Formats: sequence, C-alpha cells, structure tokens
Amino acid sequence: MEYIPSNPAEVKEMLASIGASGIDELFAPIPASARIEKLHLPDGISEHALVKRFQTLAAKNRSLDNLVCFRGAGVYDHFIPTLVEDIISRPEFYTAYTPYQAEASQGTLQTIFEYQSMICALTGLDVANASLYDGATAVAEAVLLAMRTSGRSSVILSAGIHPEYREVVATYLQGIASEIVTIPLVNGATPAAALKQAINEKTAAIVIQSPNFVGTVEEMAVVGTLAAANNALFIAVVNPISLGLLASPQEVGAHIAVGEGQALGNPSGMGGFSFGFMACRKELSWKMPGRIVGQTTDTQGRRGFVLTLQSREQHIRREKATSNICTNAALNALAGCVYMSGWGPDGLRTIAYTNAQKCRYAFEKIIAVPGFSPAFANQIFFNECAVKTTKNIQHLQKLLLKNGILGPMGLARWYPEFADVVLFCVTEIRTKEEIDRLVEVLKQA
Amino acid sequence: MNIPTELRYAASHEWAKNENGTVRVGVSDHAQHEITDVVHVELPAVGKTVEQGQPCAVVESVKAAFDIYAPVSGTIIAVNEKLSGSPELVNQSPYKDGFFFVIKASDITQLNALMSADDYQKNLAH
Repeated sequence: MEYIPSNPAEVKEMLASIGASGIDELFAPIPASARIEKLHLPDGISEHALVKRFQTLAAKNRSLDNLVCFRGAGVYDHFIPTLVEDIISRPEFYTAYTPYQAEASQGTLQTIFEYQSMICALTGLDVANASLYDGATAVAEAVLLAMRTSGRSSVILSAGIHPEYREVVATYLQGIASEIVTIPLVNGATPAAALKQAINEKTAAIVIQSPNFVGTVEEMAVVGTLAAANNALFIAVVNPISLGLLASPQEVGAHIAVGEGQALGNPSGMGGFSFGFMACRKELSWKMPGRIVGQTTDTQGRRGFVLTLQSREQHIRREKATSNICTNAALNALAGCVYMSGWGPDGLRTIAYTNAQKCRYAFEKIIAVPGFSPAFANQIFFNECAVKTTKNIQHLQKLLLKNGILGPMGLARWYPEFADVVLFCVTEIRTKEEIDRLVEVLKQA
Repeated sequence: MNIPTELRYAASHEWAKNENGTVRVGVSDHAQHEITDVVHVELPAVGKTVEQGQPCAVVESVKAAFDIYAPVSGTIIAVNEKLSGSPELVNQSPYKDGFFFVIKASDITQLNALMSADDYQKNLAH
C-alpha cells in the first residue's frame, strides 16, 4: 500500500480549517518537560555488530527451551506437534488481515467453523464463538453476558478463579451498577454451603473455575443444580486439556463455558499472546459476544461458510451491541484447532490421563521429602498440585533455577493465607527422569 | 404500499390494533421494507410494564438494529413466540403473523394520539 503524504498546500489548508497557525501548535498540550528536542543517538554500528549486541542481550533470557518447567498457574508447557506450525505458518493464514468476507475467504471461515465445532464437542455446549482475546477477558465477557440475559446485577465468583481473571472482571464491571461476591476457598475448594448462602434473586451468575487456581478439581454438578434452582447462570471456567478427563461443562449443568486456550497448541510465550474460548447454550447465542461463523449453502446448493448473527455486533447494533469486541484471535485459535484435530478425541483423552498420572506420581514423591506436605487434605487435582513447605520459597526457586528447573509457583503473591504453599505443575511433557531429578534437588533445599 | 385502514400508526412506524382494550403491535409494511431482512427480534418479557413512546423491543436486520416504541402504555400480555424461530415473518406478514406483542392498555384513549392510515400515508410522502 503506497503512502501519499500531504503536500505543503494541503497542510496549510487543513491547519487553516482547524484554526491552527502551525503544526507545532498541535503539540502544545504536551508539557515542555516531556518533549524531546533532540534525540541523542550513538553513532551507527555495523549490521554484524548490531546483531551480536542483540544476541548477547537475548542470551540473558532463559526460556522453556532450556529450563525444565514445573510451573503452570494459567499458562502451560505442553508438547506442540510440528503439524501446528506447519499449518499456521502458511501465508494464507499467517499474513491475512481480517479475512472474513465470504466471497474471498472460505478457507479461513471453514477453519474457524471447525474450531468452533471442536470447542462445542469439548465442552458439550451448543454454540461457540470464533474466539476471544484470552481466558481473563472470556470470563469477563461471560459475566456481562449473564447480566445482560438475566437483567440481574450481582455475580458470585469463587476465590479459586485465577486472581488476574477476577481483576479483569472487576475492571469490566467498572461504571456498571453491579456487585461482585467473592467466595473464599475452604481446604482449597469452593464450599457449596457458602454458595447456597450467597445466592439470591439478584444473582446473575455463579462463576467457578475447575481445576481451580490452586489445582483443585471442584465439585461442579452441585453448582449447576444450585444455579438452575435460582434462575441464575452457571459459568464454568475450564482448562481445555482437562476436559479430556473431567466431566464436560454441559454434563455439570453449565450455561456458559470459558477459559484460556493457550494449552491447545500455543506456546507459553511470555504469558501470551493466546486466545480465549467461549461456548454457551443455544438460547444464549443471540446475546453472545464475538464473531460467530455459520455454515450455509450458496445459490447453487454448495456448502459455504459466513459470519453470522452479526446484528449482535458493533457495526450493526452500535452502542447496543453485545460487546466491544469486534475481532478474534484467529491464528491462535487456528493453532488450537490444528492441535485438537491432530490429536483427536482419543489423543486428547490420553494426554489428559498422562497429565494426571504424572502429576500424581510427582506429588507422592514430593510430599515424601522432609519439609514438604500436602497443602490441602485429600486434594483432588489434575496436573497441578498444592504443596505446603517449611523451606524458604525464594531460596528454593533460586536453587531450582541453578539446576535448570523452573520451580513451582508460590501462592503468596495472591493468597496471603497460602504464603507457605507452592503450586507444582506436571504436564505430559515432563519425563520420569525430570520428575525424579526435581525431587532430588528438593531434598537439597 | 400496504397501509390497512383499521389500524393506527406511530411516526416511528409501529402499527397498533385495538382488540377490545388490548392493543396488538407490529411494524408497518413500509418499515419492514426499509429495515430489509429481519434476522432477530428481541421481545419484552410478558408482564413487563411499558410506556407510550418508550423503547420496549429491538428488531435486528442485516443492516441495522432498530428500537421499537410502545404505541400505548400498559402491560405486555403476550409476545409472538414464532418470531424467535422465524424472524422473516416480520417481512413476509408485517400486519398478521409478524406481529410483535400485545399490550393490555392502561388508557385505551392513548390510541387517539396515533395517526390514521391516511395521515400515516401522507407522513410517508414527506
């Protein structure tokens, strides 16, 4: 695309039209202290020297390429088959910009439809959208959806939901008449009695994450029953890999299922970029945020794909739109789609089982080490387990790093009551040797 | 343009039909033509109180979303359930199968504030 700058005559005309005497006047609101009069850049260096300088800087980083990762807390180190990169790096996918016109982008629309279908299969719910930005905003959007649908203003959040997701929900609810009721964890899980106590006629939704942030697999079915009895919506925040093993959101009575999609075919990166997924029951589809791809037939009866239910969105409903979002994380969702497609239902089941088994193996060995014990009695966990320790956690992390291990996440940062608890994550990619070695290092702490 | 004479019309293109104190409401043939293909209708809940001239429903087309204003005050006693599965009824049969809802009017004389078919027709000509 060529850039055609304005010529001096045009600039003069535009300035006159807005009543400005010169371009400098347009920068007047910026205080003098914040202005740069002259950039003091060093002299240029050769391309080779420049490359060497940046390589040296980059080498100071350590990544999961050279660290054995036992940390999760929302972002997970899973094996990503080469197939994923192979497909998503195709220029048609990798470089396309907003390819949603039916007449030009059937391939893209088809992949999104396939992605949506897989999310529906995974969650058991009827409709999925084309993806959202991430798990945190997906939860916030689900809360808004529940409030929109019910006309109610209060929402119950478990303290077991990722703390940063809860912060984002609070941010999204700013300026809207609303109430957030947070239910504290008891023995690492959300107590059903407290939920029963908190729910009332103002409750738009109950939001529970499972497995929750401290690793516990929550009792979900009881929440479904409670929500239904009070005409509130049940929003399930789920780990998509865990759905290869645990009961689906549909089976436990959820109206909406959301979560972070990173574990499906996306690298940990630096905690992003990634995608959020959302699926819901059919009757909620007209209130759902985000793009939705639908299947249809053309004038000759051939199958085709289009963006559908578009009148929910901003370009048609404007200020009455279901949400501000007018995009999706297409490439990341595509990676997730290829990942799910490549493994298939049986593969996903095997991966989920392997996660659970390896984490259980690690847990049993870790708690046998003096100074380490279960944080929560009889915790039922998936691939993350909470361990209480008498060791100095900062020293422990340093020791592990020295041994090439990215250690467990300390919970003190978000849960002051769990200042002595760390969260170990073990995915299918960790070997028995790596786990045994971790335990040996823990013994030295 | 079809403008049945027995109906009353709002400037915002809703029609109102007096059915012995209850008022059936929809949008005119002119309106459905301007809106183009209706894809979704958001109807008020039965039992909801509505006020004359206030928005109480939304009709969505491939073009835009439009507020529907209550032509009289009262309570919603029925909504057109068929519209959720067949929103195109608004385009195909705006005065019959494509009606939106029925209001139990709190003051039936409010209908006098609406236009006759003749006046509505003249209004459209501007």
